[in-house]
Amino acid sequence: MKVGITKEIYPGECRVAATPETARRLIGKLGFEVLVESGAGDAASFHDESYREAGCTLCDEATEIWTDADIVLKVRSPQDHEIEQLRAGQTLICFLAPGQNEALLQKIADRKATALAIEAVPRISRAQKLDALSSMANIAGYRAVVEAAGLFGRFFTGQITAAGKVPPAKVLVIGAGVAGLAAIGTARGLGAIVRAFDVRPEVADQVKSMGAEFLMLEFEGDEQGGTSGGYAKTMSKEFIDAEMALFAAQAKEVDIIITTALIPGKPAPKLITREMVRSMRPGSVIVDLAAEQGGNCEATIPDKVTKYEGVHIVGYRDLTSRLAHTSSQLYGTNLYHLLDEMGGAEKFNVEMTDDVIRGATVVKDGQVTWPPPPVSVSAAPKEKVVESVAPSAVVEKKIGTLDIVLMVIAAVLLVGVALTRDQGFITDFTVFLLACLIGWQVIWNVTASLHAPLMSVTNAISGIIIVGGMVQIGATNPVAAWLGALAIFVATINIAGGFLITHRMLSLFRK
Amino acid sequence: MIVCSPYMKDMPFSHPLVIASEMLPLNQSLATVAYIVAAVLFIFSLAGLSHQTSAKRGNLLGIIGMVLAVGATVFGVMNGGYLWMSVAIVPAILIGARLAARLSMDHLPQLVAMLHSFVGLAAVFVGISSHIEPGIAVPDGEMLIHKIEIYVGVFIGALTFTGSIVAFLKLAELVGGRALTLPGRHVLNVVLMLTCVALGIWYCRVQADDALVPLLIMTTISSLIGVHLVMAIGGADMPVVVSMLNSYSGWAAAAAGFMLQNHLLIVTGALVGSSGAILSYIMCAAMNRSFFSVIMGGFGSGAGGPAAVVEGTTKEFSVDETVAMLDEAQSIVIVPGYGMAVAQAQHSLAEVVKTLLKRNKEVRFAIHPVAGRLPGHMNVLLAEANVPYDIVLEMDEINEDMSDTDAILVIGANDIVNPAALDDPNSPIAGMPVIEVWTAKTCVVMKRGMSTGYAGVGNPLFFKDNTYMLFGDAKENVDAILRGLQR
Repeated sequence: MKVGITKEIYPGECRVAATPETARRLIGKLGFEVLVESGAGDAASFHDESYREAGCTLCDEATEIWTDADIVLKVRSPQDHEIEQLRAGQTLICFLAPGQNEALLQKIADRKATALAIEAVPRISRAQKLDALSSMANIAGYRAVVEAAGLFGRFFTGQITAAGKVPPAKVLVIGAGVAGLAAIGTARGLGAIVRAFDVRPEVADQVKSMGAEFLMLEFEGDEQGGTSGGYAKTMSKEFIDAEMALFAAQAKEVDIIITTALIPGKPAPKLITREMVRSMRPGSVIVDLAAEQGGNCEATIPDKVTKYEGVHIVGYRDLTSRLAHTSSQLYGTNLYHLLDEMGGAEKFNVEMTDDVIRGATVVKDGQVTWPPPPVSVSAAPKEKVVESVAPSAVVEKKIGTLDIVLMVIAAVLLVGVALTRDQGFITDFTVFLLACLIGWQVIWNVTASLHAPLMSVTNAISGIIIVGGMVQIGATNPVAAWLGALAIFVATINIAGGFLITHRMLSLFRK
Repeated sequence: MIVCSPYMKDMPFSHPLVIASEMLPLNQSLATVAYIVAAVLFIFSLAGLSHQTSAKRGNLLGIIGMVLAVGATVFGVMNGGYLWMSVAIVPAILIGARLAARLSMDHLPQLVAMLHSFVGLAAVFVGISSHIEPGIAVPDGEMLIHKIEIYVGVFIGALTFTGSIVAFLKLAELVGGRALTLPGRHVLNVVLMLTCVALGIWYCRVQADDALVPLLIMTTISSLIGVHLVMAIGGADMPVVVSMLNSYSGWAAAAAGFMLQNHLLIVTGALVGSSGAILSYIMCAAMNRSFFSVIMGGFGSGAGGPAAVVEGTTKEFSVDETVAMLDEAQSIVIVPGYGMAVAQAQHSLAEVVKTLLKRNKEVRFAIHPVAGRLPGHMNVLLAEANVPYDIVLEMDEINEDMSDTDAILVIGANDIVNPAALDDPNSPIAGMPVIEVWTAKTCVVMKRGMSTGYAGVGNPLFFKDNTYMLFGDAKENVDAILRGLQR
């Protein structure tokens, strides 16, 4: 089984789909042969020599790879001339943006090939290690802060020096997804004061855990911004108005705004108006991570750093490519895990019954298979609970054979008790049953942390058998009396030991 | 209704109201009332034990109840033997107090098991003594039922006694902890039980003097059953065994109550018996195993197919890397297991927790219901090390927070954090609820080596991407982590 890695030909793309390290694992762990186009890793500072050391075969021309490899790993979507080299039975894995690129999928399908879009991997916990979108978003978030720091004319951290006091920078992060959280972490690491906003109130804790302040929206109504896929959705008019007012107020205060608001399959919402940009202090920076989808800021120009009314606006769409070493490493690892999920070299198979593989596969042997059937994601646990509870409730109601057998046994025993016709015994039995029920009721409420003391106190209490010994010790038969004395002796050890050990245990517990 | 009964005319005229009119002696009457109070105190004692805040009061109520019960018996029920009673009681109190006072909490499970054996032994003594000379007046018509009561009481007592002794030996590691699975052990149990029933029929049919022989033979056989039952149950099931023996000791006391027609004994025995039964049930539910299969011993006999072979490579962490992880983490959960108790790591661990709490990190403990060798074992050990009980949580309380946790420290636990219980339907522990440590961001497993847990099942957790192993003695490693944190 041969895996091929071509040099990215998209202008300015520095990443590569496998690093020497991930290639070594593809070869060593999964048993693939790896073909690498000469110079594929140069832009990310991985040189041919390192690939060769890792055991890869280097090819001078990309065409060799397209001809020889069974699986081609790429970063960007293939160009037309690359698609023409795809052949039947070949598998292509890369970012394909299947939602926006139906024509591309059709072209791949026409070549009778198979294609997996790495961004279509469903967001379920099992697939976290394949989630290249998160890996890339993390890098973009970090890089956004670094870009901002490069343009911003001040320290991030506040300092008091002999030459005077420097105030800390204030950073606003809009959208607390993976990229937003990474940006928060990086900005905090540099010492800035960070605030963050997200339409999903449930991320407030994550924001706080990264050390930022979460901006709450004073808003009537209980609109929730999350979807079952863990992404944001479009909000109502009133909500957006309140949100915009908040941003307008913040724009006047903060020095750096990093926007990461994306709604899947839609153009990015315009959150920062030109007017807000004008209200910012000169020298401030806006980094628009949504530039790919048109930008969150009205003044963003994709791929450019511009200055609008004294404010720097960064519209780079290739932030991850600007950190090519790390992003190649993480992306390569994501691909390694994907190939691992698909069975490695030995059992390589595009298994359409597997939720993860099914979700990622957008073209299968010449058939477009996008979009995949919905996989339940974050909402899944709730639904599962309902499903699993319902049948068990039914089972509980059903009376099984065992229950009937038990009931018959109980009935026979009770009749047996009645047949003794012994007044004393029946009274004893009544007392016994009622006491069992009381014990049953009382014990259910015990918290698990007290099980050990409970056990030792019941143990002490069961030393009540001492009463039996005391009754017997008065017997006239010396053997009977002796046995009674012995019973008293051992029962007393039990009582003293049990209560004392319980006391010791309980005095250990403290709040 | 009563008038219609055809048996009515045959019955001795013994309606309770009529007995009451026969004026009990005052001391007996007072003793009976005191018994009622003692029984109520015992109930409140158990109820008090259900919450941390009322637990100490619960223990006190139990002590008062016991003193009241013994006092009432001395003044209202006993007829002689006072001197011998004091001779027996005084040294016993000293021995019991000494045992309890000197015990370290690590040896708690075996002490509890040993104390259970005493109740069983006392029940045997009382039963045989009662056979030799009934301590109460038994009317001729009730002789048969009295004999059955003695027989059953001695049976349960002997079984509890030897079962607890074996449990003690296992917990003290004086005998091997593994389950002994004799071939045909179920058949053996059934044969022994049937023999006891046959001996019982013999016992009931002969005169009192000759009846001692079958009674003693049965005591021996019942002792054998006790040994065999507990020998067949393995390490991870020990919490169930201990609570089951607790239950048996209660039933033994109740049986003694029947033979002596003493309601206090019956009530108390029934309380203890049902409490032990519920604890056993809770433990079994925590392992998703039926009570029956635990009691019958062996492990994993019910699995439907070969369990998935667990293999892969583990990643190791050094102490420094673990310290770095704890430094970075904001929320930390610690999952202790029996290994922590063995290594005595709880005190150092408590210091680590204190250090982390001072840095405003969120540190919590997740306790699996069957962690350790006694229900609630981990809680006691942590309490002993001065860990505040409000950060010690049960599995169910904390499992859903796991995915939001930055760092997990698993110390000496294995089966209770095994994802195979959820993923692999053929695993012997399939279906057992486990603490889902692998959903957290990073998980460090502190372990001696790569051995399997008590269930003998491989653990795929060790091969997960976010799991790192920290090998070595738990105590030494925790100490090293503590030093690392304080640097």
